Amino acid sequence: MTTMGTSVDYRLIDSTLRDGSHAISHQYDADEVIAIVRGLSSAGVQVIEIAHGDGLGGSSFNYGFSKVDEKELIAKACQEAGDSTIACLLIPGIGLADDLKDVQELGVGMARIATHCTEADISEQHIKTAKKLDMEAIGFLMMAHMNSPEGLVEQALLMQSYGADAIYIADSAGAMTTEDVRRRVNALVGALDIPLGVHAHNNLAMAVSNSIAAYEEGAANLDGTSAGLGAGAGNCPTEILAAVSTKYGIETGVDPLKLMDVAEEVVRPIMPRQQVIDRAGLILGYAGVYGSFLLHAQRAAERYNVSQAEILLELGRRQVVGGQEDMIIDVALELARKHAQEEK
Amino acid sequence: MPQRCAIIGSGNIGTDLMYKMLRSDELELVALVGIDPDSDGLARARKEGLEAPHSGPEWVLENSDDIDMIFDATSAYVHVRYYKQYADAGITAIDLTPAARGPKVIPPVNLYDHLEAPNINMVTCGGQATTPMVYAIRRAIDHLPYAEMVSTVSSKSAGPGTRQNIDEFTKTTSTALREIGGAEKSKAIIILNPAEPPILMRNTVFAGLPEGSDHGAVLDSVHEMVDEVAKYVPGYRLKNPPVVEEGPFNTPGGEVPHRAVVLLEVEGAGDYLPTYAGNLDIMTAAAMRVGEAVAQAKAEVPA
Repeated sequence: MTTMGTSVDYRLIDSTLRDGSHAISHQYDADEVIAIVRGLSSAGVQVIEIAHGDGLGGSSFNYGFSKVDEKELIAKACQEAGDSTIACLLIPGIGLADDLKDVQELGVGMARIATHCTEADISEQHIKTAKKLDMEAIGFLMMAHMNSPEGLVEQALLMQSYGADAIYIADSAGAMTTEDVRRRVNALVGALDIPLGVHAHNNLAMAVSNSIAAYEEGAANLDGTSAGLGAGAGNCPTEILAAVSTKYGIETGVDPLKLMDVAEEVVRPIMPRQQVIDRAGLILGYAGVYGSFLLHAQRAAERYNVSQAEILLELGRRQVVGGQEDMIIDVALELARKHAQEEK
Repeated sequence: MPQRCAIIGSGNIGTDLMYKMLRSDELELVALVGIDPDSDGLARARKEGLEAPHSGPEWVLENSDDIDMIFDATSAYVHVRYYKQYADAGITAIDLTPAARGPKVIPPVNLYDHLEAPNINMVTCGGQATTPMVYAIRRAIDHLPYAEMVSTVSSKSAGPGTRQNIDEFTKTTSTALREIGGAEKSKAIIILNPAEPPILMRNTVFAGLPEGSDHGAVLDSVHEMVDEVAKYVPGYRLKNPPVVEEGPFNTPGGEVPHRAVVLLEVEGAGDYLPTYAGNLDIMTAAAMRVGEAVAQAKAEVPA
């Protein structure tokens, strides 16, 4: 793979401005976006993803309202992108194919179309729209721990048949062991005609090692966020992934030291909390619960005076999937009622 | 005189509707019309002693003298192709596809506004489940700046039509929240959940409550409306009591100090589809409610 004249072993996609948005409750402003895009671009990051944390059109009661309209922020990102490609993520059922047209006009070159790992067939309309708009289209299978390697191959082949240029599997709950990642990547790389990518979360402290393992099994794209900013205990930290890759002799085309500067000087100052693996974060990975539920569950726990850990465990039992944030209120109300009855 | 009816489309929705209609006094089901002679729906129709042709909408047009009303459970594409011909033949069409050629009807809100229309659209399953709640909240307050619905249905109950054009679902539903529900701005979200055993259909309504809203009146109005819907969709219920949560919330309709949250569940009647498919049941139940009201209206006006 060649980027800007230098050969790289995998392509790095930074999602600080999309997945990272969960950790700051979608409160990015234009100045923060400009500073982050400038920093990432000058460090050589090939692709920078930006949108509401739940993708285009995600601003809502259910997922949290954006402080600034995402399309204003995307326009700013495109202006500052330099040699980097600006990407957006879209979850069919939340965002619309029409949103892709809007952002393509702003200069967005890549669309990642995300579905739950068993529902790839709802992405056809959106992958085809992205291709028609001459964007690179990536099929993005979320909560990949909930499907087998064979099941993921079946779903990925659907997305490939719609015209996707690459496929991603996302460990959205940060629930996979290295072995889980290897088996899935291995099966997918063998079955697909197009490149594979892996998006890792750090709830089990496996994000960087799982990403490296994915590379070893043939993944050609890897995701990170600056300082690990993101849902749950956070994402694979871009600067650590770059540093570890360098030590392995894996060529990334990015400058780890510059990425460390971005993480330290631009991103950490705006983080409301450091990305640590506390009890709630660990439970997400342990119970296999969608990472973005973390802060919503914390708010519901405070509002209804119930335990955040109990909410997350119950969501895991119910096999809730990404996007069902409304069920957090449902579970909190039920727990509150149960506790009230027990006290009587 | 009961209205002579045909159901077009022998898939899940059409077949479920058939069983509901066989119990009706006002609607006399003449035929279930399909295109696949080997479909399970047509086999069941023959067993019930109904006509079960497989020549599709053409059969209806050829027999238009014997049919007063059709229920279209095909696809938006097919409905758009034929809806004018149904109207020209004097047949009232109740449209269960998202084609949206006629006025949208949500029974407990605007059932009696469009009974004369030649074509009536049933919106979407999520629209049928949530628009009544938005309307109930709207009628209890001054104005409703923003409303939002989230529908989660089991993967098994989401057919290829929904999957290939999921944007149509969210757009049509969102429009209904404004045009019929009375919200100034709106958003609709749909999620598919593959859990086994399949989950019952869930719907959540969020509504932004402006300063000075009477929260007690909002909650009372929601309870009353749930009872209204449950009259024709027996499996429609609140999963938890409705709540008002404190913000502020920066909605597209402006900042509001509070939001109402209504958590609903729809269990299907199990006429043809399993009970988890409340999303399909609420469509067929609502279409029956509209069909019967149209039949009553026609009976009152001598032809």
